[in-house]
Amino acid sequence: MKGSFKKPTQIMLVLVVALTMLLAACSNNNNKGTDTANNGGNSGDASGTPKEFRFTLASEPPSLDPALMKDAQSSIVASGLYEGLTRLNTEGQPENALAEDIKASEDGKTYTIKIRQDAKWSNGDPVTAHDFEYAWKRALNPETASEYAYMLFYLENGEKYNSGKGTADEVGVKATDDYTLEVKLYTPAPYFPSLLAHYTYLPVNEKTVEGDPAWASEQKSIVTNGPFLLKQWAHADKLVLEKNPDYYDKDKINFTKVTISLVEDENTVYQLFETDKIDWIGAQAGSVPTDQTQPLIKSGDATVTPVASTYYYLFNTQKKPFNNVKIRKAFSMAVDRQNLIDNVARANQTPAFALVPPSIAGADGKTFREMYPGDFFTENNDEAKKLLAEGLAEEGLTKLPEITLLYNTSEGHKKLAEAAVDMWRKNLGVEVKLANQEWGTFLETRKAGQFDIARAGWGADINHPINFTYDLIHPKSGNNDGKYNNPKVGELLDNSLVADTPAKSLDMMAQAEKIAIQDDMAVLPLYYYTTVTMIKPGFENVVSDYSGNIDWVNGDKK
Amino acid sequence: MSDANSNTIGKERSDELTPDMFQKLKRDEVRVDEVGRASLTAWQDIRMRLTSNKLAMLGFWIIVFMIVCCIVVPFIWPYDHFTNDLANTNQAPNAKHWFGTDDLGRDIFERVWKGAQISLFVGVIAALIDLLIGVIYGGIMGYFGGKVDEVMNRFAEILYAIPYLLVVILLLVVMEPSLTTIIVAMSITGWINMAWIVRGQIMQLKNQEYALASKSLGAGAMRIIFRHLVPNAMGPILVTLTLTIPGAIFTEAFLSFLGLGVQSPAASWGTMIDDGVGAIFNYPWRLFFPAIFLSITIFAFNVFGDGLRDAFDPKLKK
Amino acid sequence: MLRFIAGKFVFMVISMFILITATFMLMNAIPGSPLQSEKATSEAVQKNLEAYYGLDKPLYVQYGTYLKNLAHGDMGISMKKKFQSVDKMIGQSFGPSLRLGIAAVITSVVVGCILGILAAMYHRRFIDNLAMIIAVIGLAIPSIVLAPVMQYFLATKLGWFEVAGLNGPMDYVLPTIALAAGPIAFIARLLRSTMIEILNADFIKTAKSKGLAGYVIVVKHALRNSLLPVVTYLGVLTAGIITGSVVVEKIFAIPGIGKHFVTSVIDRDYPLIMGITIFYAVILMVCRFLSDIAYVLVDPRMRAGGKVGK
Repeated sequence: MKGSFKKPTQIMLVLVVALTMLLAACSNNNNKGTDTANNGGNSGDASGTPKEFRFTLASEPPSLDPALMKDAQSSIVASGLYEGLTRLNTEGQPENALAEDIKASEDGKTYTIKIRQDAKWSNGDPVTAHDFEYAWKRALNPETASEYAYMLFYLENGEKYNSGKGTADEVGVKATDDYTLEVKLYTPAPYFPSLLAHYTYLPVNEKTVEGDPAWASEQKSIVTNGPFLLKQWAHADKLVLEKNPDYYDKDKINFTKVTISLVEDENTVYQLFETDKIDWIGAQAGSVPTDQTQPLIKSGDATVTPVASTYYYLFNTQKKPFNNVKIRKAFSMAVDRQNLIDNVARANQTPAFALVPPSIAGADGKTFREMYPGDFFTENNDEAKKLLAEGLAEEGLTKLPEITLLYNTSEGHKKLAEAAVDMWRKNLGVEVKLANQEWGTFLETRKAGQFDIARAGWGADINHPINFTYDLIHPKSGNNDGKYNNPKVGELLDNSLVADTPAKSLDMMAQAEKIAIQDDMAVLPLYYYTTVTMIKPGFENVVSDYSGNIDWVNGDKK
Repeated sequence: MSDANSNTIGKERSDELTPDMFQKLKRDEVRVDEVGRASLTAWQDIRMRLTSNKLAMLGFWIIVFMIVCCIVVPFIWPYDHFTNDLANTNQAPNAKHWFGTDDLGRDIFERVWKGAQISLFVGVIAALIDLLIGVIYGGIMGYFGGKVDEVMNRFAEILYAIPYLLVVILLLVVMEPSLTTIIVAMSITGWINMAWIVRGQIMQLKNQEYALASKSLGAGAMRIIFRHLVPNAMGPILVTLTLTIPGAIFTEAFLSFLGLGVQSPAASWGTMIDDGVGAIFNYPWRLFFPAIFLSITIFAFNVFGDGLRDAFDPKLKK
Repeated sequence: MLRFIAGKFVFMVISMFILITATFMLMNAIPGSPLQSEKATSEAVQKNLEAYYGLDKPLYVQYGTYLKNLAHGDMGISMKKKFQSVDKMIGQSFGPSLRLGIAAVITSVVVGCILGILAAMYHRRFIDNLAMIIAVIGLAIPSIVLAPVMQYFLATKLGWFEVAGLNGPMDYVLPTIALAAGPIAFIARLLRSTMIEILNADFIKTAKSKGLAGYVIVVKHALRNSLLPVVTYLGVLTAGIITGSVVVEKIFAIPGIGKHFVTSVIDRDYPLIMGITIFYAVILMVCRFLSDIAYVLVDPRMRAGGKVGK
């Protein structure tokens, strides 16, 4: 007790002092601010013409430590700061980055990776295979408490080590010499080179990390190996990146400076663009306000790019009335998706009648959807009404019980939910109530299965249909919040993981998806996301990647 | 009927009066009656002063107009507030839709009046709850004074020190966003101001003759507080009440702006403003109408509250 | 005086303790946890995270640990922003909020007083009505409308100001107006009513009869005596404004403390919620404390007892 008196006193004293000091410093600060702003805008660096690229993020990256990253914001910044073994190109295909050569063994379970020898950390150390081994084992270390550690569960004994049952030595990654990395997987994963591009697989500099656990939370302590260096990190305000003069492939990098401001309000972001303060909106780096999209797309000022994510509604399949497949089908068929897209979502999304989005890759250069078309049902109001009546009869109900559509608080989700409810009212003659919950509460409610219909959206971590099949409809998946349970689907998906050839594996996933939607209507797919992007004239090669994140590293300004 | 200032007026006059005049008053029953009637004219006086204040009356009639219309219009207007008309979204104001339509094709005129229902309801109910708790709490604090006052006042001060926004958000997270939640959240700290005002009033009034008389006749504390003291403090209480309502409407709008408002498809002015801000570039009427209604209503309550204060307190004492 | 301050201080410490306890309980009672994410993680990962942040321990242990750390001046590390300490986060974001807050408070007082004085001097005349209508309009337009409308017309359309940020002195104009509109109206009306009363008081009449100019009377005598209620109000106002306005900061993209009030709860960032609560309470208490002292210093009647009464 006695001690706790101390704190408020300190704070109070500090406050009083700070108040007076800041008052005095107020005008000073202002001037400094203007100066730097002017410098950044006009004067260039010594080498060549300065090329600055500016965009916004809605929230600050929670961490720039590869082991602790877990969101789009971190990933967007990290793509400039770090260099992994591979990078995904604009089509979402992996290309070698730090890796010179990736060889898979016959059984697809062992990879031998040769690493280029001219890459350097920003503290001058060379980037070696040991940095990767160290980084991966560190992410798997239970004490690191990495949320994305499961991305490394593909490694042999990865999960065992992470759950505290194994040791670091057992994990299937080893630097056999300074520039060779040997990786053992527990199951053949033909998409492993794509995985290597994921931020959890990025290397870290052992010396830096061991010295300071908070190394990646401040500009002065962070050590990176990518095409850009972090020059300034004003928390909650902005990040400034500059081209790394020691980057091994520096001729390919065109931007000399990248300024990332943190702006939450999307109307503000749009007005910043209008007043030439930023060069880009969209693809997780700010978003074009929904009310603006249609006019901007029509005038050609904004571009629409598909994103590998699906927007859908979950049915609670364990609870009346949506335990009945006919009622599920009725609700799904009674939604006019195109109308919803044209007049509510307004970003030229693609209506979804399946789970796997069109931009997800399949095999042999074809997309998954090109190989297995995803039109598992059609909208039909009369059929829907009939199915609803039949379903109710099967359940012994005379009319529907009270149904609520649950969504997480957001303007966009609200509008869609209101429109969907209106369509059910008009097309099926049923009343569905609306409820919104704040994100954290919403997740908990949804996980606990306390809903009838709940909003959901799903994006890809890697460019592979496993993201949308195994994760969403497997009976044992932690993400199957509708508790959809068809043992046949489970079996197919389990087998797909151990199939002898990638083709067979894809085929089984496609079969599982077909059963889940065409036969069972496990969920109600609404649309495949798109992202609306705007860019100032003169910029090139800044794009939205397959997963809908801005890819700016190779951009250029003419 | 004497309140804070008739008390001071009385003091001024007492200098001019001779002591025996007081005795006459006490003895003469007829005179007592006259005093009683005089207090009646005090109310008439207030009404007169209020009605002669043009701005206050403007406020009064706006409030009446809003209340009547928000009940009547939704009944007679041919559109409802929830049915979508996706073929006619974002229409500018026209003969069919006086205030235009929103992005789901819903009639804004109808929604503004439905919004008025919710906003006014929240405002009035929150103010009434503040009134109830504030008067009881403040009354007890003020009357008993001493230790009771000390403890109760401390409690109120602690409550007052909690970051209000944080509490509201915490609550809205625990309870589902709804009208009830919003009202509860606003009431948690909303009553404190009222309690302090009542406390101050009661402290001034409790040593007045009529209160002492009632006490010496054996009346209980509660009876004295609520039968004698509170009615005499009605002026400041009423004024605070009128000024609490716009505050509550504002807070509701603010919470809605943060996405913590009423459950859709119901919409308050706050949710409509939140919705309309994004439309400011292309469809400004979606922001303009709810905003103008909100502002006019706040304006009306404020000028009416001011007028009421002036009327109760001709000298304009604080 | 010293006793008065000591008493106030002891009370503040006790309140803080109660406040900390209450917030801790409430915060842990809400559904959701700082560790959840949409994608289900493995049980192992979840366990590691809980162990890392000490959330696997019973609540009373967590509470004890928190108090102990707090006693050593350690408010903990944010659970969302990895390895950023809470006091640093608050400290960094407080700067912009404070600068903007001071600008807004000064504006409110200056403009509010001018309007109030004008209204009182020309009581029941045109200027009075005009000043009061301006004041009430300021009160009637909520910042959720005022801020985006100003931003759109004055910054984007006309280009007079920057859309967002707080880099130069001009950038303060729009957010300051948005923040000060309400308080201006409040101060103007408060000052007007006090001043009208004082202008009718005997000592002013005496001054007038001595032949002093109206201007001198207002400034030298009336204003000084009418500022008391404004000083009282300033305490609460300052605390409110400098701890940030969520909406204004959001719209003008100011990296201030306001958004922590919302995001800390949304993220269930327990240490940050606690830190913000303590910080806000301290600011509020300090501001009220200072205004109490100012009140005692300004008003000699208060020096004797400090209690309302005869």
